[in-house]
Amino acid sequence: MSDHHHDHGHDHDGDHEHDDRPGPHGAPLTDIQLRVRALESLLVDKGLVDPKALDALIDAYETKVGPRNGARVVAKAWVDPAFKQRLLSDSTGAIAELGYIGRQGEDMVVLENTPKVHNVVVCTLCSCYPWPVLGLPPVWYKSGPYRARTVIDPRGVLREFGVQLADDVEVRVWDSTAELRYLVLPERPAGTEGMTEEQLADLVTRDSMIGVAQVKSPGR
Amino acid sequence: MNGIHDLGGMHGFGPVNPEPNEPVFHHEWERRAFALNLAAGFLGRWNIDMGRYAREHMPPAEYLATTYYEHWLYGLERLLVEKNLVTAKELETRRSQGPGTLKALSPADVPKAVRNRRAARMDDRLAAARFKAGDRVRTKNLNPTGHTRLPRYARDKLGVIDRDHGVFIFADAHAASGEKVPQHCYAVRFEGRELWGADAGPRDAVFVDCFEPYLDPADGERA
Repeated sequence: MSDHHHDHGHDHDGDHEHDDRPGPHGAPLTDIQLRVRALESLLVDKGLVDPKALDALIDAYETKVGPRNGARVVAKAWVDPAFKQRLLSDSTGAIAELGYIGRQGEDMVVLENTPKVHNVVVCTLCSCYPWPVLGLPPVWYKSGPYRARTVIDPRGVLREFGVQLADDVEVRVWDSTAELRYLVLPERPAGTEGMTEEQLADLVTRDSMIGVAQVKSPGR
Repeated sequence: MNGIHDLGGMHGFGPVNPEPNEPVFHHEWERRAFALNLAAGFLGRWNIDMGRYAREHMPPAEYLATTYYEHWLYGLERLLVEKNLVTAKELETRRSQGPGTLKALSPADVPKAVRNRRAARMDDRLAAARFKAGDRVRTKNLNPTGHTRLPRYARDKLGVIDRDHGVFIFADAHAASGEKVPQHCYAVRFEGRELWGADAGPRDAVFVDCFEPYLDPADGERA
């Protein structure tokens, strides 16, 4: 990461949004930008925060974790029945075998989708989400509509995401109200019989591991 | 507390609007607000449940009109003052009146902090389980002003223990005093119609992770 936050007088960053300083036409900083910058400056002055640690934290969560991790877990479960067995019986341990451990993933539960059971994950009270395998949550997951509606109208929410479930499919909504973090193991799509683990991982989307999507067959 | 954060089951929010190819952060200030929260949390003066409880105090109208990282920022500022890391005057003037007494998280410690493996889970021998999978339970009708993780929609409802997750730090007490009270935490299955009435889908169920103090036995009750 760049060190552009250490000198608030003339910082600059080349590759990100330019929203923390006056724009090319001299647009003023917004209140929230000023507030965050001032708070960081205060905490740095007091020796409570090291700006380089902030850079390292941002780098860790912006570039080192993400749904690619979860996709590897899913793909391995699809090709390795013994791993899948471990994944369902000791989710935290099996996920750790692939090196995915850490904050907001200390205690994992994997939920298997089948032709008769569809699992979907929400956090109605805040926005709990399994960071080591999926990264930080998207805005919609943290938003009022998703948190309010998923528990009372799961099929309506799923339809908005393009998932149409038959009436005989059971929908299980998991509200992450404690410190368990949930990952959905989606169904392996048809037409993937000859694919390698790596190719399969490329098919697995973030949304399918939250449970608001199904994994599509290749070429669809 | 019966706060605005407890959104489950509310109407009127409109459609979910996923953003295609969404970036991890949308603004540089979000990056800094996120990292400030984590770095300040590592100072050790509060725990995750205190953090959630602080955010729950945001005035309801403000909560609904602001974004996720603004909620975090509100909670962080509140905790910094509440835990005496920053004075109200310093926060208002944004000027330091003197150095803090705690050691900042160093960049070298970040990888270890990120790869934390133990959080709320406790030794299972610390508490006996009152319930087991298959037991029928009724959630208590609780309306504490303090922190709780039992959402309003799941209070005084009949459910079935799906599984015992083991012993965890009881969030309600943890937020209030920091005390690590060991309690079993269960995934409890509630049928949609128990929660929402006859209009709910007959094959919809909601699973809520419930600490044992939220639950009463309901062996004699009919679904």
